[in-house]
Amino acid sequence: MSTSLSPLTTTALPPVEGERGTSLGKDAWHRLKKNRLAVAGGVILLLLTIACVVGPWLSPYKYYEMNLKETFLAPSAKHWFGTDQIGHDLFIRILYGGRISLGVGFCATFVALTIGVVYGAVAGYVGGKTDAAMMRFVDIIYALPFTIFVILLMVFFGRNVVLLFVAIGAVEWLTMARIVRSQIMTLKKMEFIEAARSLGLSDVRIIFRHLLPNAFGPIIVYTTLTIPAVMLLEAFLSFLGLGVQPPMSSWGTLIKDGAEKMEEFPWLLLFPGVIFSLTLFSLNFLGDGLRDALDVRAAKD
Amino acid sequence: MLRFIFRRLLQVIPVFFVIITATFFMVRFVPGGPFTSEKAIPPEIMRNLEAHYGLDQPLWHQYLSYLGQIAHGDLGPSFKYANRSVNEIIAAKLPVSLELGAWSMLVALVVGLPLGVVAAVKRNTILDYLCSSTGMIGICVPTFVLGPLLALFFGIYLNWFNVSGWYGPSDRVLPAATLGFVYAAYIMRLTRGGMLEVLNQDYIRTARAKGASELRIVLRHALRGGILPVVAFLGPAVAGILTGSFVIETIFQIPGLGREFVNSAFSRDYTVVLGTVILYAGLIIVMNLLTDVVQVWLNPKLKFE
Repeated sequence: MSTSLSPLTTTALPPVEGERGTSLGKDAWHRLKKNRLAVAGGVILLLLTIACVVGPWLSPYKYYEMNLKETFLAPSAKHWFGTDQIGHDLFIRILYGGRISLGVGFCATFVALTIGVVYGAVAGYVGGKTDAAMMRFVDIIYALPFTIFVILLMVFFGRNVVLLFVAIGAVEWLTMARIVRSQIMTLKKMEFIEAARSLGLSDVRIIFRHLLPNAFGPIIVYTTLTIPAVMLLEAFLSFLGLGVQPPMSSWGTLIKDGAEKMEEFPWLLLFPGVIFSLTLFSLNFLGDGLRDALDVRAAKD
Repeated sequence: MLRFIFRRLLQVIPVFFVIITATFFMVRFVPGGPFTSEKAIPPEIMRNLEAHYGLDQPLWHQYLSYLGQIAHGDLGPSFKYANRSVNEIIAAKLPVSLELGAWSMLVALVVGLPLGVVAAVKRNTILDYLCSSTGMIGICVPTFVLGPLLALFFGIYLNWFNVSGWYGPSDRVLPAATLGFVYAAYIMRLTRGGMLEVLNQDYIRTARAKGASELRIVLRHALRGGILPVVAFLGPAVAGILTGSFVIETIFQIPGLGREFVNSAFSRDYTVVLGTVILYAGLIIVMNLLTDVVQVWLNPKLKFE
């Protein structure tokens, strides 16, 4: 497990000999399973997601339930993570916040993924002047200070969750488009595409049935690494007071609230902070593990 | 070389144009204006205010005259602070943000580079694992968690630094450490990756065969190639540090431009928002250009295309 703690190096693991007959996916799965950190990341992520989805149904408390007799309680058997200034149970608020944070992470990444893949595939497949124009457009957008625009959008058009998805998704698709384009450019010169074309298949079919499945590796890896970036951006906005509104709460807003009261009640900052960081850890380790397993060099643009 | 810079500068013009236009119309189509407040303003006064700031003109007219103003380097008057121009506000706040950014960058480089070099040279030893996990922590613990935690520990429990404010030199420590640490982590990871790639190359073996000391090999031969990924990262890093200062300035109550920007967006101070966006965009574009130039200068394999 020498490479497990050094996730940046994209040195591929030595190809496993004597496994002829297994598919590429199985091979990658096999290599991923050997990377203990990546597996741990995956398991933690799964547990957190299940807890956030199922947990609120099983708990006796509600996220909007105030209890003014039980404010600022330290963590105890009754309130695992303590309570806040109006008696909200922090544990249940973190679970609900997780729904929002993870939800934003997955949905916005999905938006970015869809736009980026389609855009990149079309640019790479069509090539020529169209490609040049499309990529010039990406270059120009790349140079825009996007965090600033997202802040402006959120301030001006109200803090609604749908807009948040769209705004973040619109920022994050650029790198995906570049990656997919470069993959398609290499793939489209291969013989099997020529074969597909001589069979008279339509361009759309060639792109979606023949080219994209072969570019899945980088797409999966980059998706895994986009989710933590998106969650960070959402929490960043929430911390500036631009996230979701109370009584709903994302992890970002919980951290913001906690930071304001940390002097007397440090657990209000500690628990959301730790859970959030743990999630980012898991996603990053999983992403790095996948990159090694799928043998994708330089998922960075 | 000069042609390359000139061509890149030409590309900058449309980018700037897009930024100015997009921001200008975005702020105008927003519900609520700079003079909407809880107290209703009598319509006559409202009309006078709008006439004073030129808001009664048709929108395209305002847009063109704004473009004309910018061309002369004038960002207009602030809508919220009477009698203060945007230029004055920026002149007062920007130095604070720049100082914070400079200290953070220093922290990032001074911490990140050595850790990355050590991790690469001592690959797969306990030292490497220590450095690498520090890097992972830096990437996964966001500034808005790290900042309050540092303030809590060093400011409140140990009482070494002030928790907020921007007065003496000691007030620079916590904000710069918080903001710099994240980028130190990225720089550490990039340095490690870059160094590992370079250390496997033939010319390093040659240097070793010629009997150069290990220290000399690392510092004189490997480092120049090894930090190339870091140089490429510096442009985005500066952009990140600039926008990252929004959060840091909020946490530590620093009177910088980042906080001013967020506040002016909330209070619909159009001209301040526009001016700040243009300034940030300009800084980021210039940094990216500088990064490209330095990259080619360091790496003879890359030619100015």
